[in-house]
Amino acid sequence: MKEADVQQEPSYLGAPYGLASWLLTKDHKRIAILYLISITIFFAIGGSFAAMIRAELVTPQGDFLTADLYNKVFTLHGVVMIFFFLIPSIPATLGNFFMPIMIGAKDLAFPRINLLSWYIYVVGATLTLAAVIMGGVDTGWTFYTPYSSISSTTNVTTAALGVFITGFSSILTGFNFIVTVHRMRAPGMTWFRMPLFVWANYATSLVMILGTPVIAITVLLIAAERALHLGVFDPRIGGDPVLFQHLFWFYSHPAVYIMILPGMGVISELVANVSRKQIFGYSFVAFSSLAIAIIGFLVWGHHMFVTGQSIYAGLVFSIITMLVAVPSAVKTFNWTATMYKGAVVWDSPLFWVLGFMGLFLIGGLTGLFLGAMGLDIHLHDTYFVVAHFHYIMVGGGVMAFLGGLHFYWPKMTGRMYSEPLAKVASMLVFFGFNLTFFPQFIVGYMGMPRRYHSYPAEFQVFNVLSTAGATVLGAGYLMILLYLVYSIVKGPKAPMNPWGATGLEWKIQSPPITHNFHETPVVTEEAYDYLHAPAPTREVTHHE
Amino acid sequence: MSNSTSPVSVAKPHPKLQSHFFSMDQQLEASTLGMWVFLVTEVMFFGGLFMAYIVYRHMYPHAWVEASAELNWKLGGLNTGVLICSSITMALAVRAAMIGNRTQQLINIALTSILGATFLVVKFFEYKAKFEHHLVPGPHFDPSLEQGMQIFFSLYFVMTGIHALHMVIGLGIMAYIFIQAWKGTYNAEYFAPVEVSGLYWHFVDIVWIFLFPLLYLLGAHGA
Repeated sequence: MKEADVQQEPSYLGAPYGLASWLLTKDHKRIAILYLISITIFFAIGGSFAAMIRAELVTPQGDFLTADLYNKVFTLHGVVMIFFFLIPSIPATLGNFFMPIMIGAKDLAFPRINLLSWYIYVVGATLTLAAVIMGGVDTGWTFYTPYSSISSTTNVTTAALGVFITGFSSILTGFNFIVTVHRMRAPGMTWFRMPLFVWANYATSLVMILGTPVIAITVLLIAAERALHLGVFDPRIGGDPVLFQHLFWFYSHPAVYIMILPGMGVISELVANVSRKQIFGYSFVAFSSLAIAIIGFLVWGHHMFVTGQSIYAGLVFSIITMLVAVPSAVKTFNWTATMYKGAVVWDSPLFWVLGFMGLFLIGGLTGLFLGAMGLDIHLHDTYFVVAHFHYIMVGGGVMAFLGGLHFYWPKMTGRMYSEPLAKVASMLVFFGFNLTFFPQFIVGYMGMPRRYHSYPAEFQVFNVLSTAGATVLGAGYLMILLYLVYSIVKGPKAPMNPWGATGLEWKIQSPPITHNFHETPVVTEEAYDYLHAPAPTREVTHHE
Repeated sequence: MSNSTSPVSVAKPHPKLQSHFFSMDQQLEASTLGMWVFLVTEVMFFGGLFMAYIVYRHMYPHAWVEASAELNWKLGGLNTGVLICSSITMALAVRAAMIGNRTQQLINIALTSILGATFLVVKFFEYKAKFEHHLVPGPHFDPSLEQGMQIFFSLYFVMTGIHALHMVIGLGIMAYIFIQAWKGTYNAEYFAPVEVSGLYWHFVDIVWIFLFPLLYLLGAHGA
């Protein structure tokens, strides 16, 4: 690329101007920004439901929320966080923005469908918010029948349709990614030269296209049962509510991997960068993503150990659940091995990497406790489960999302944020998170059940700790929001490659031009060639 | 690598080549792969329903046969024939687009649409009969019928209803490619929309090929 040309073309942010140019854009980078704004709003909404839950649980009596309202609040916390934040979080924002750039493409294969997926997301989200305004929904995010289909008098149909519609935005994203990876790679970008973030998003996309249609038809059946009397799960006419649970978890367990796999991709990028080393065992990390995607489809029964599912089915599900931990462990060991004897730099991405690895490790290991059938009978539906999946989904998923957001922020916005503030915020989030959820392991093991607004007085100390932690965690998130937004206004301009990272995305200007590259790149090197990577520089050089 | 085509493009790109692709070949490959991936999602979508079908048929084998006998296998068989014919005309339409024969495209797309519409008309009369015979699940369902039959009919309406919805969408697609073919858009260099529409149409037909025996032909009719 000729340096002199760089400034002649405006970046994607300014070409062209105006609200309509954003709402009708086909540029994957702008769509990523639209998604980023949307999911931030939903994170705030879901977070405020969480705040209400934690406020209620400070005291053992149900004094802040009534039992019915509490049911609605935890349902909406789950629905909003899972379907409207976690599932689109990394793929639709960082994936949308960087996946095409990383493989040297000008855009995703189907730019219009990419925009359509955002609009579908907005429609689904609006319907769900309508359900909230109309009085909420109280089934839990799992919509278990027959409560959801015949008993609940809340707005289940509206919320279910919202989830159904949003599912299609996820399907379209996955579909677009798969075709893009297969058909849009630049010359020389072979499969085994692709960054691991691309591999992770590819595996995620497989889960999205194979799993999401099943939840779509399942919640559609709930809506049909409520609205049209087409009973499929209704026990009064001989229907089987457990069938619903099978169909539900067939998607919703793999959905956990939709939330964590892209995060693992982000961490692979960050680990190589902060260690300034080639990733240890590239192909193992790449294939472990696929292994997680595949094995993840065969473990759903571990959510149903106490539903009366046959004990032999339970045994098989228990064993396969242990098996799915292997590829996750492969990744964790390889990241650690990458850092070993690496020239580790104390930049803010490191803080997120370490935070992710610590929290994901705890979340993953406690998953083994729950996958063991006998122990699960004791721990089922206690706060132990709540703590476990928050360690994976928030400790793993959100830490990775924030890590990726910090790492790629200079490229996306062209601005630098304050490094010291980012380090402080990451520590706040890490300690706040642990203070919130670690006590829940203990109190869950002691037998405190999920989903109640009151609890025996002896559990109070753990709940107070938890609420205190949630406050710190919330402050950490708020702080990140503030300094990131501030950086857009007042932050110093970002150079092309502030972290001295490898990859095509760091060889183009910050922020990129609409077509990403001035000339189609020809790839001649392996991924993570840190021997030949440029040194990190936070200063904008004169010719940039 | 599939897209090893040189990025150094020829002097004049095809007017239908979108700017983010290197070549028409790459664009065609992306479109067809996209449709195949989409069809995979459709298989999973119907798959959930087939799973429910398997579970309940296993649970209520007798009621399933009884309920199936209430369906009109002759109309179902007629519709099967109609859809198979429409798949033939669809395949001919794709072929005509590939060789750029405008008249053949228009005739075959029109025939496909007519056959698709015929299917929906027959389906309408079948649904109407179910309403009259109190076989629609809900408060009006004939209470004297065996346990399990109501679930059969729930699945019948959901499965054939979603299939019919796909037919309606297919007719919309036919209308679009008919107009484009009228304008002479498709030729040997650019026929991807017809090709992927064809894939979709065949898929919807194949779903019916599964639905017909599973719903209509249980037990021995008339025996």
